[in-house]
This record gives sequence, structure tokens and C-alpha cells, in this order.
Amino acid sequence: MTDIAEFEAETAPETVKRGRVVQGLAWAVLLAAVLIAPAFLYPVFAMQLLCFALFAAAFNLLIGFTGLLSFGHAAFFGGAAYIAGHVIKVWGFPPILGILAGTVFAAALGWLVGMLAIRRQGIYFAMITLALAQIVYFFALQMPFTGGEDGLQGIPRGHLLGVIDLSQPLNMYYFVAAVFLIGFAVIYRVVHSPFGQVLQAIRENEPRALSLGYNVDRFKLLAFVLSAGLAGLAGSTKALVFQFASLTDAHWQMSGEVILMTLLGGMGTIFGPVVGAVIVVALQHMLSGIGSWVQVVIGGTFIACVLLFRRGIVGEIARMLKVGGWL
Amino acid sequence: MDPMIRLILAQGMLGLNNGVFYAMLSLGLAVIFGLLNVVNFAHGALYMLGAFLALILYSNLGPWLGIDALHIGFWPALVLAPLMVAAFGMLIERFLLRRLYKLDPIYSLLLTFGITLVLQGVFINFFNASGTPYPGMPDSLKGVVNLGFMMFPKYRLFVIVFSIIVCFGTWFIIERTHIGARLRAGTENPELVKAFGINVPLMVMLTFGFGTGLAGLAGVLAAPIYSVSPLMGANLIIVIFAVVVIGGMGSILGAVVTGFSLGLIEGITKVFYAPASNTVIFLLMVIVLLVRPQGLFGKHG
Amino acid sequence: MSTQTLTKPMLKIEGLHAWYGESHVLHGINLELAEGQLITLLGRNGAGRSTTLRSIMGMVDRREGSILINREEFITKPAHRISPDARIGFCPEERGIFASLSVEENLMLPPTVGENAMSVEELFEMFPNLANVRKRMGTRLSGGEQQMLAIARILRTGARLLLLDEITEGLAPVIVKTLGRVIRDLKSRGYTIVLVEQNFRFAAPLADRHYVIEHGEVIDVIEAAEVEASMDRLNHYLSV
Repeated sequence: MTDIAEFEAETAPETVKRGRVVQGLAWAVLLAAVLIAPAFLYPVFAMQLLCFALFAAAFNLLIGFTGLLSFGHAAFFGGAAYIAGHVIKVWGFPPILGILAGTVFAAALGWLVGMLAIRRQGIYFAMITLALAQIVYFFALQMPFTGGEDGLQGIPRGHLLGVIDLSQPLNMYYFVAAVFLIGFAVIYRVVHSPFGQVLQAIRENEPRALSLGYNVDRFKLLAFVLSAGLAGLAGSTKALVFQFASLTDAHWQMSGEVILMTLLGGMGTIFGPVVGAVIVVALQHMLSGIGSWVQVVIGGTFIACVLLFRRGIVGEIARMLKVGGWL
Repeated sequence: MDPMIRLILAQGMLGLNNGVFYAMLSLGLAVIFGLLNVVNFAHGALYMLGAFLALILYSNLGPWLGIDALHIGFWPALVLAPLMVAAFGMLIERFLLRRLYKLDPIYSLLLTFGITLVLQGVFINFFNASGTPYPGMPDSLKGVVNLGFMMFPKYRLFVIVFSIIVCFGTWFIIERTHIGARLRAGTENPELVKAFGINVPLMVMLTFGFGTGLAGLAGVLAAPIYSVSPLMGANLIIVIFAVVVIGGMGSILGAVVTGFSLGLIEGITKVFYAPASNTVIFLLMVIVLLVRPQGLFGKHG
Repeated sequence: MSTQTLTKPMLKIEGLHAWYGESHVLHGINLELAEGQLITLLGRNGAGRSTTLRSIMGMVDRREGSILINREEFITKPAHRISPDARIGFCPEERGIFASLSVEENLMLPPTVGENAMSVEELFEMFPNLANVRKRMGTRLSGGEQQMLAIARILRTGARLLLLDEITEGLAPVIVKTLGRVIRDLKSRGYTIVLVEQNFRFAAPLADRHYVIEHGEVIDVIEAAEVEASMDRLNHYLSV
């Protein structure tokens, strides 16, 4: 289909109507799932799902809506976890401030990394982010406060606003659910704001966006900072859930996993990263008995997605329902 | 000799020894990128595969075949393992990568990332994740040589000299031969080269085989120095990416020179501040990005 | 419009359609020429003249119809078999000189496709300017030198059918004159030539027949003998 035909099909009144309905349903399913999940899943597992879903959604803001492949998002996810853990455990800050500290740290780190990485384009961007994230990894390995190979253990969950005891699994769960929903809503708003429209214009055709007078580098950097900050929010929250910040979360393999979640669910879709994260995390749980064959499965899924399934699950569903852009 | 200078020279030699691998791997990556516009994430894993093939030829093949006395040694492995890796690389190109050329190059990066995970996972399952020493170092390369400022292992000296020859040979083939001219032309305008009657898809497959074969060769060379481990390539490939960002992938000679120099710099850093030695290349990458974003040998921004 | 059929066409194209991606560029081109003849493809920019040559060479995303060269069908051949099997030499728009190759390397790049190819010595005799710059890199050539190299390069392969795309574009009049002599010489040596040309004054004295292409179709065919009488029509076709 040509661009114009696609555009006409997408903006036809009946498509818009169908799109609204399908999107509304998707929101309802998501909200319901988040609310009732603890009835079916172990709270810790459910919280893990939410943290990774937020991480993937944050990552998707870059790859899906700006067209930038960051291969270093583990640095923000894992780095924020250490900061949040340290602030809460050693400085004795309340959990919300800890999470906030991790988020701000990740955003600041994102600003640094982004500023360097956007100096090159395309495939170089991916390599640079990967290499810069490796610096963060080495820091996490060597700095005294991170606990090296052991990680930062025993982070207390504390009390929310001084009253709600987060060591109670359900309290903690609904706190995490709130964090997830806020983060997810922010991403949704950003994508549908004028700012988000410019990002998508950059993804579609960078030279054209440039010639229209947009300061493309500034938009890219801002998107990078936002994405990194939200990844940090997810990482900090995860540290609080598991009361533990580990090297695994900052390792390049984690950067790869978040790519897979987004790719599998559907790059550039709204709900895809959530679906992808749930599948990948669930898969890892189910396959935890087969040791490092998990890695083979993950790698194989990667290959299959790239070769056969580039739209991802939600992307394919959106295509079948003819509601591209609405899911 | 001043002990400080002696120390710098000694660490420099060891650094140069790592530089060998940076140079050979970034060279292969650059050759592949030039023609295919593919960044081969699996390059590190194929280097690991080369090392494992050398190990398997020496230690495992005999027992598997039930011939305990069979040990295929270093010299045959130096030929066989790279050829096997190249063949594997060509299969990847022919059946997987080829489907992605019309798409954004990030897809081929992600595909080769997936291959990396698969290869790594398979070897972790069958071999010790923490590494196995390669027992097949030839007697003729055992022992040390007196370089005046240090006693240097003969094998490592061999690796440095051998890889310089390989790198120079590759440069010569690409820049000075008829085959190389076809390759350069294919890099510039594959469509026209095809219209001239040259089988470009075959050339692409062979080039990918050659690049991955170089990774396999580096792996064999590495086997007697480092222990052979499933993760040996993964950590290396990230350093190689930094090397490639510093040097730019546009130039063969640039890739080689950058690789050797960064090994040297990394080694010398150990003398002054050891903890920085594993990040110095990344920090240099940051400086290059700030000062000359297109890379030292890059042509455009 | 002439509809006569040649008894022994070297190149015969029927109902040629071509696509770049989704865009349909050629809509049924028909043309033919006999051995030793020279035809031109005339028309405005974007009419489909270059695409016709590129379709013959297999350089489009999809093509349909029939391309007979010496009675052999080439429409389904893979691109890299076309030049050797049909003995075609292709000189692309903007010359296609490889910047990272020296003059000699450019000259030796295309594989030989037939016997009785011109030797490098003969070619340097034909294009004396090239002999002086043989070690120079492709980027460091003037436009005229590049064009001569692009023609010499395909003559070296032993090709008998030459497809030449806009060879006079952007060149000084004195060089255009030289190229005119070269083409006349090649024709007298029996080469069969398809010329895509903007410069009608350059093409007119050389051609046996002119095909006028518009919107991916041949809209008129004018024999050399009819050119005088058809000047009004031609002016109309070629005016911007």
C-alpha cells in the first residue's frame, strides 16, 4: 500500500471509530489485569512484570516513536536501582524519595549518554550507547558502594508516606501498580502530544523534519532523557520490590532483553511493550529449570522476531483489526 | 634501563597483544560493514567459536569419535577452525542476513545479537562457563624470548607478528588486487557492479565468510593465551564497538591502526592507574565523540 | 509512426513494464534495433528513458514483458548474468566511475563478456587523455575524463551492444565533439548502440531511428530520414 492510501485508510471515519473502540477495550483490559493480577499471581512476580513492562514501554519511546535504537538501556535501569537502593538503605530516605532519586539519576545519565550518542546516527548510535553503558557497568562492578558481584542487598521497603507498610505484599503491589500506571500514562501522553508528533516525524524522515525547521537533535535528546528517566523509574521500583540491586540489571544482556520485549510485543505500538515484557518475563520463569538454555530460547526468539515477525504481536493484531496506530 | 620505562614497555607489549585481537576483529567488522552495511554483533561469538573449535579439535573430537589418541593440534586448527567459522558465517549470511538487506540495518544488528545469545547459550551448556585452558600450544612456541627490557612469551610474540602479517595481507588484498577492486566497487555501488556481470550476492557471502573467518582466526590465536570460555567474545565485542566508533568503519587501515594503538594505550594505562584500564577505551571513545564525532578515520559526520 | 519490423533485430523489447518499489515506471515499452544500428531514446526528464536502459540491465525492482537479445529472452535472467550473456556494455547516468578505484582498476573492473574486445592499448589510443591519468583515483578525474573512462571500460569487455545514458551531460562543447567522433567510430566498427540523449543536435546525425518516450511509453518513432519533416513534432516533444 502506498503512503497516501495508508494515510487515507487510517484517517477514514470508520477506522477512527473502530480505533477508538479497540483502544478503549485495550485500556480496560490493561487496567483490569493490573488491578486483579494479585488474585492470580504471586505479588512479587506480578510486580516484576509491571516493572519490566514499564521499562519496555520507556524503551519503546525511543525505538518505536523516535527511531533510535539504544543498546544501553540497562545502564539506566540498573544504575537507577543502585542509586535508589543506596539512598534508601544507607541514607535512610523514604521509598518515594529513593525512587525519585533513581529516576532523576537515570534522566541525568540519559542526558549525558544521549548528548554523546546523538552525535552519530543509525547503527553507530546503537554501538555508542552499548559502549557507554558498559562504562556504567564497570562502575557498578568496581565502586565501593555497589557491592560488586554481590550487588546491593537488603534494601528496606519502608513505609509509603510514613503510614502504609510496604513490606505487606499487597500494599507494595498496589504501590508498584500506581507507579506503572503513572509512568505508562506519561508515555501515552508524550506520544500523543505535539512533541510526540515531532518525534514520529523524525523517525519517519529525519532530513525532512530538519528542513521543516525542527531542532532534531534537541528533540532526540529530550526523548532520550525521558526514556532513560522512565527506565530509571522502572529500575528503582524493581530494586524496592526485590530489595536488591544487582549487576544483572546493568548488564548488556538486560539491554538486549528490553529490546526483545519491545520487538516481540510490537515496536511503535502503545500496548506492545507491555505484552512483550509479560511474555519474556513469564518465559524466563517457566524455563528457569533448564539453565542457560533460556539464553538459547531468548536468542532464537530474537532471530524469529527479526525474520518473521517484525510488527510484533500487538502490531500484527492491530493490522488484522485494521486499527494501525491505535493499539 | 629506568624501571618505569621498563614497566611501560612491558605493559605496552602485553597491551599490543590485546591490540592484536582488537585489530583483527575490528578489521573483519569493517570489511563486512563496508560491503553489507551490517554491523555483525555475532563477531565476538564467532571469535569464541573459533577458540572453541581449536579446543574441540584438540581435546574433544578424539573422545567423541572413540579415538583417544586423536589430538588435532594448533597448526591444523589455525587453518581448519577459521574455515569452519567462515563456513558457518556464510550459512548465516545466505539463509538469515540476506533477508534483511532491504530493511533498516538495526534489524541485522538485532539478528546477529540473537545469534550471539544462541551460540553463547549452547557453549555454556556444553562447556564450563568459567573457561577451559587450551592444552595444544605447540612446543616450538613454548618458552620466552628476551626482548632486552623483559622476558616475553614466545607464543605471544608469534601472535603479534602473525596478526600483523594477516592484517597487512588483508589490507593488500583489498587495496591492491583485482578482487579487492571488485570489493571496493561493490561497497560503493553494488547495483552497477552487478550490472557489469559480477555475482554480487556471491561476493557478499564470501566477504561475510572472510570477515567471520578472521574472527575465527583471532579466536584460535587467543585460545592458548586466555582460557577458552563461552563469554570471551561477548565482553570483547563491546570493546570492539568502541574501537570501531573511534576509528570509523570506513577505512581498513584505520581499523587496524586503531585496534593496535588502543591495545597499546590500554596496556600502558595499567602502569599508571590499573582500575581504569578496562574503561580507558570507552573514555577515549567519549573524547573522540566530543572532538571528532565522525571518528579518527571517518570520512563523513 | 513507423511500424516496419526488422528482419533480424539484435534487441527487441515488447511490452516492457518496470517498477521501483511500488511505483510503476514503465508502461509497456516497445522498441527494436538491428545489429550495427544506433537508436536514441528521446524525451523529457523522468519520462522513463534511463529506466528503460536500467530495466534491460535488470537494475529495477521488478520488470515484466519481453527483452529479446539475439533471440534469447532476458526478462527473467538474474542481473549479473545479463551483461555476460547478452554481451552488453552499460554506461550509466552520471558515469558510474568508482571513486575508490584508480583509472586502471575502473577499466579492468567489468569482467570480459566476449571475444575481440579492445585492448587497453587500443583504448588509450582512442582516449589519449586517459593514458596520462591511469594511476589516478576515480574521484580526481574531470567530467570528460570520467565519461571517456566509462565508455572505455565497457569497450574493454568485448561487449557488442552498448547502452549509453546521457553521455554528453554537463560536458564542454569540445568534449561533446570528441564523443561524437568516438560514437561515429564505434558505429563504423559495427557496434550496436542505444543512446539516451538530451542533446538532440548531438544525437541526430548519429542515429538510425529515434524513439520518443513519455510517461513510460513510446509515443512516437521517427526514422532518421523523417527527422527533417518531423521537426515540429520533435520540438513539441522535447520542449520543457
